[in-house]
Amino acid sequence: MSQTVSSIPITVPAWPVVGTLAQRELVRFFRQRTRVFGALGQPIIFWLLFGAGLQSARVGSGDKLDFAHFFPGTLVMILLFTAIFATISIIEDRREGFLQGVLVAPVPRWAMMLGKVLGGAAIAMLQGLVFLFLGWLTGAVDWYPVLSTTPLAVVASLVLMLVISIALTALGFLIAWRMDSTQGFHAIMIVFLLPMWLLSGAFFPMDVGGWLGAIVRINPLTYGVAGLRHYLQNGGNEIAGLPSVSVCWLVSLTFAAAMLIAAWLIAGTRSTADLQ
Amino acid sequence: MGTGKGRVHTMSDPPAVEISHLAHHYGEHQAIRELSFSVNPGEIFTLLGPNGSGKTTLFRVLSTLIPIQHGTASILGHDLRSEPQAVRRQLGVVFQAPSVDKKLTAVENLIHFGRLYGLAGRELKSRADEMLARLGLTDRKSELVEKLSGGLRRRVELAKGMLHRPRLLLLDEPSTGLDPAARSDLWQYFNQVRQENGVTVVLTTHLLEEAERADRIAVMHRGELVALDTPAALRAAVGGDAITIRADDPGSLAAMIADRFQLKPKVVEGLLRLELPAGHEWIPRLIEAFPDHIESITLGKPTLEDVFIHVTGHRFWNEEQMDNEPSSRHARIKAKTRRQGDKETRR
Repeated sequence: MSQTVSSIPITVPAWPVVGTLAQRELVRFFRQRTRVFGALGQPIIFWLLFGAGLQSARVGSGDKLDFAHFFPGTLVMILLFTAIFATISIIEDRREGFLQGVLVAPVPRWAMMLGKVLGGAAIAMLQGLVFLFLGWLTGAVDWYPVLSTTPLAVVASLVLMLVISIALTALGFLIAWRMDSTQGFHAIMIVFLLPMWLLSGAFFPMDVGGWLGAIVRINPLTYGVAGLRHYLQNGGNEIAGLPSVSVCWLVSLTFAAAMLIAAWLIAGTRSTADLQ
Repeated sequence: MGTGKGRVHTMSDPPAVEISHLAHHYGEHQAIRELSFSVNPGEIFTLLGPNGSGKTTLFRVLSTLIPIQHGTASILGHDLRSEPQAVRRQLGVVFQAPSVDKKLTAVENLIHFGRLYGLAGRELKSRADEMLARLGLTDRKSELVEKLSGGLRRRVELAKGMLHRPRLLLLDEPSTGLDPAARSDLWQYFNQVRQENGVTVVLTTHLLEEAERADRIAVMHRGELVALDTPAALRAAVGGDAITIRADDPGSLAAMIADRFQLKPKVVEGLLRLELPAGHEWIPRLIEAFPDHIESITLGKPTLEDVFIHVTGHRFWNEEQMDNEPSSRHARIKAKTRRQGDKETRR
């Protein structure tokens, strides 16, 4: 039997760690059927209700407000909810003890964080893809001209979706890391994350004035929603009145990078919740 | 570090654990103070103390979960502060609260944790199977952990802790929630990994009868080390036999006994205690001398509880009730097992 300690290197290869933790997130997600159902069902219902309700109300002056208009915003909402709920699991991991086991393993903290974030982002992407497929399906049956995109725009929109997913999961990680209960997370959800989505151009038009407009413009998620609008509603051609495609990419990538760095930094700190 | 070293431990091996002037506080609360001791390689070493004695804090420091505040500690020659990754590599940690993922099967848990320790592919799979077989989990390995009983979950936990073949196994209250048979299996397992793999086992416990199975016991009390020796030597230190007398007025009886026999009785929580050799000879003499003052008198070979009283002046379980830690999940678990343990140690 090879019992010598020296046969095992002291530093553990980091990427298998990232992979195994991300894989675990996916396995856990699919084993919890209610999570699958809830995360997908809720945005579809919202989409149908907002689309139908606001269309009849004619909010914008002469703007075309239909299902297609609300599609990109709803897609971002799916990414937001799924990404955030996926990272809430870090609180459960801590309470159930799994995280302790990871923290005392010879694993770099960034690998632990990245595994968690990529796992959550993968779940968000999967749901986003299902919703996108649904959009195509309804467009294909010519119910409404939901999507009219070129293949290149499709690829670009998928990459942008991934960037947004990673940014939002990392944001979720950032919020959840120091928390010791999921109740606290729900408060953050209502006072911070939901307004962040409402003020991302997904719901209100971009050109609202005053302080509301200012918030919309500094909200990084606005640029994710606008980017997806360019691709999904206009085949990648710029829609007037929205930030340009390159600005959307720049802001979204910066948002993701900043959130990942912040999540990495906070993962190096210890939470008092470990000592309960 | 010694390459190609056999499993026989020699004098040149660094201590499995070496702690020097270690102190830790949570805010105002000083959890451990000025702790110094070392654990020999290949030893089964118990940290014994009531809740709040600081043993769990010490466990957290040694497991690298919390940083060292004062003093130094090293594990297998690696400094905890400067080489935490090297320490983690050789450390198998078993927490009191389960750390296996309930939504995964037993074997999935081992595979995931194996990768955290740099294992992969076929070797990981065969090691996982080997560990599951060793702990008698082979036929349950594909069941979700949440469907397993508490005892089986603890076994998955142990399998996880030993998967990467650590040289030191560190366990926090490992017998919590286990029935006596499972507890006995646990100790058999400790002896097995010590003999076959040369593993040093360090565990915390608040069960006196469990501590007695270890090679050496460190008794902790209010964050300090109050005694450290083999169970036999600790009992011997009590001084022969322990006589316990129940009396109406233990204080004045103690004075009378001290006066008449030149003994030094102690009053511990309303009971009068005497520690002395050849206790059986003293029983009739005491009863004849003070027939009206003694309600009952018992003679016992010293137990670890006697050791604890001897070194701290407090009874073990009462000490625990004085503890005012916030009622966390762990505290509740401990309270439950404490009652269980209380019964067993009272024999």
